[in-house]
Amino acid sequence: MTVSLTLLVCAVVLTSVGGILIHTRSLTRVLVGVIVCGNGVNLFVLATTGRAGVPPLLYPGVAHARVTDPLPQAIVLTAVVITLATTAFVLAMAYRSSQLTGSDFVQDDVEDRRVVLRAEIAAERAELRELHRDEGPSAWRDERREQRHRIRAERAFQARARDAPGDLWDDILGADPRPPATPERQENDPR
Amino acid sequence: MNALVPLPVVLPLTACGLSLFIGPRLRLLHRIIGIGVLAAVLAVDVVLLVEADRTGPLVVHLGDFAPPVGVTLVADRLAALMLTVSGAVTLIVLVYALGQDMADREESAPIAVFHPAYLVLVSGVSLTFLAGDLVNLYVGFEIMLMASFVLLTVGGTEPRLRAGSTYVVVSLVSSLVFLVGIAVAYAAAGTANFAQLAVRLQDVPLGVRTLIEALLLTVFGVKAAAFPVAAWLPDSYPTAPAPVTAVFAGLLTKVGVYSILRAETLLFPGNRLSVLLMAVAFASLLIGILGAVAQTDLKRLLSFTLVSHIGFMLYGIALGSRGGIGGAIVYTAHHITVQTTLFLAAGLLEKRYGTTELTRLGGVARAAPLLAALWFVPAMNLAGIPPLSGFLGKLGLMRAGAADGGSDAYVLLGACAVASLLTLYVVAKVWNLAFWRAAPSAPSLEGSVLEDSDDSADGGSGTVTAVCVRTTARVPRVMTGATVGAVLLGLSYTVLATPLTGLADRSAAELLDRTPYVEAVLGQ
Repeated sequence: MTVSLTLLVCAVVLTSVGGILIHTRSLTRVLVGVIVCGNGVNLFVLATTGRAGVPPLLYPGVAHARVTDPLPQAIVLTAVVITLATTAFVLAMAYRSSQLTGSDFVQDDVEDRRVVLRAEIAAERAELRELHRDEGPSAWRDERREQRHRIRAERAFQARARDAPGDLWDDILGADPRPPATPERQENDPR
Repeated sequence: MNALVPLPVVLPLTACGLSLFIGPRLRLLHRIIGIGVLAAVLAVDVVLLVEADRTGPLVVHLGDFAPPVGVTLVADRLAALMLTVSGAVTLIVLVYALGQDMADREESAPIAVFHPAYLVLVSGVSLTFLAGDLVNLYVGFEIMLMASFVLLTVGGTEPRLRAGSTYVVVSLVSSLVFLVGIAVAYAAAGTANFAQLAVRLQDVPLGVRTLIEALLLTVFGVKAAAFPVAAWLPDSYPTAPAPVTAVFAGLLTKVGVYSILRAETLLFPGNRLSVLLMAVAFASLLIGILGAVAQTDLKRLLSFTLVSHIGFMLYGIALGSRGGIGGAIVYTAHHITVQTTLFLAAGLLEKRYGTTELTRLGGVARAAPLLAALWFVPAMNLAGIPPLSGFLGKLGLMRAGAADGGSDAYVLLGACAVASLLTLYVVAKVWNLAFWRAAPSAPSLEGSVLEDSDDSADGGSGTVTAVCVRTTARVPRVMTGATVGAVLLGLSYTVLATPLTGLADRSAAELLDRTPYVEAVLGQ
């Protein structure tokens, strides 16, 4: 069986891009990732038809060697239809999620947020220190104060988001503690 | 008789169309259609089982297209047995759901959404059991998944959406892997039909064959919630309404187990990946049950025991002997029933006390003896106390393991014993905390317990209730009756032990022989 290299390369690129997108936290991006990845997989299925450029039609008088196998195309067609349905569903889910929480993030992982903010602040500090190297720390007092505000706001957010019963297993496995009140979170969101 | 084979798929889909056509009005008509159709499906399943056991696999080529072009539906002993058990369980759960619906007219599970989605789910499950080729199996999975997405997120509350998004993304990715597996199998063998694959895969180079096997096992493993790919299950199941969780826990994972069983016996005989399956079974058994030990919420605890007990079935499949596969079949039938029953009982508990959190429950045995009995019997069944079917399943598996005699089989035997004992510990813990001890504080027996509630639950901007359970001092009779029916179904396996194990043994022989299936499909 001859396999078109172009199809395979496209399939690999699409699945890679889709795979990366699936790993993001926004549900819409995950959806785009699933669609892109699905297209890549569909191309992969299509590659099993063999040589390109032959019609998938069998009619009297045509040799079997001159026909592309139509079955993988039927499989792809099925997969495309199913992807369409799932797309509609996930879009609805992302919309509902943004209605409820103000974002379509798959999960508001507070621990992740904390780590990211810490890294951001450390980077900013290093930059400022480099900038004001000659003048000493007093020259960038305002910026430091602003950073402290952000850290404090984040801590407050963590405390609210966690709302922990103090149970380690609940924290790890998420035994559905009550969701943090939505409007407050939006007002105090440091970003 | 062969004309009956498509009915378990067609009837629920037709009923779903009717149900959608009726819309949100005429609730009584919804109920009549749903129960009538599922009862008819169950009757058809029983006929198929008797017929398949008597005459061998029943095959239908839809539109009379021969494989590999056409759609083939096959009802052999295994498929018919699974269909019958799932038919009985889905009927019971539907009755339960109707009882719950009549009792509280729950806005979070509107009948106009629940009914069609549930019927589609039944249809998808039937299709996966009957599918005679990989593509059809894929379609069956997708039908089942779409319905389960809807059922899991029904009502659209925040925890359900969060749980649902994990479930949806995991399912979608596993579907993509399944497509890749189909493509590789098709490219290697030129067909997706099981019977033709069974013949042609023998000539495929070993590496490619192992690749196909690994891809398919990964997908089915995700569906079955075997250990390394089981993390989605305890997160997503407990938030759904009780009947939904019950039917998911009972059926959806077993569909994965069934697919593994089918693939391992029909497509890849000889069990080259049995060591891998053994390792997966070992990890599922122990890590699942240790997860359950750590839980204090009943539904979450049951989800973890579900992961653990998948290990028993995988053990039987990994053994690959007639005894092992027969044991796995018996265990699957037993586990579908008992897990569903336990979740239904948990739903009753939630209905009466507004929570399934063990730290807040207590004194149920005194206050509601019937409810306590409805929990106790399936719990002992799950743990494998002798006269009950859990014991029979475990006995069959362990005997097959001892007959196998390999060192890995003995290690797994030990793991099975440990998992059984820990299961007993877990259900005893639940019994002591929720049922036996005195109530920690008088829980409100009547009125509405709204956890995480906000009054602006009518959609739009406000926070929607997370768990909305209207508790009643008396659990609705229909719900209790359905649970009693499920318990009795579980007990009937003990009464019918000889026919059941005999049937499972014949199924295992048929699966291992492979020729009846292949000949029935290819018509040689």
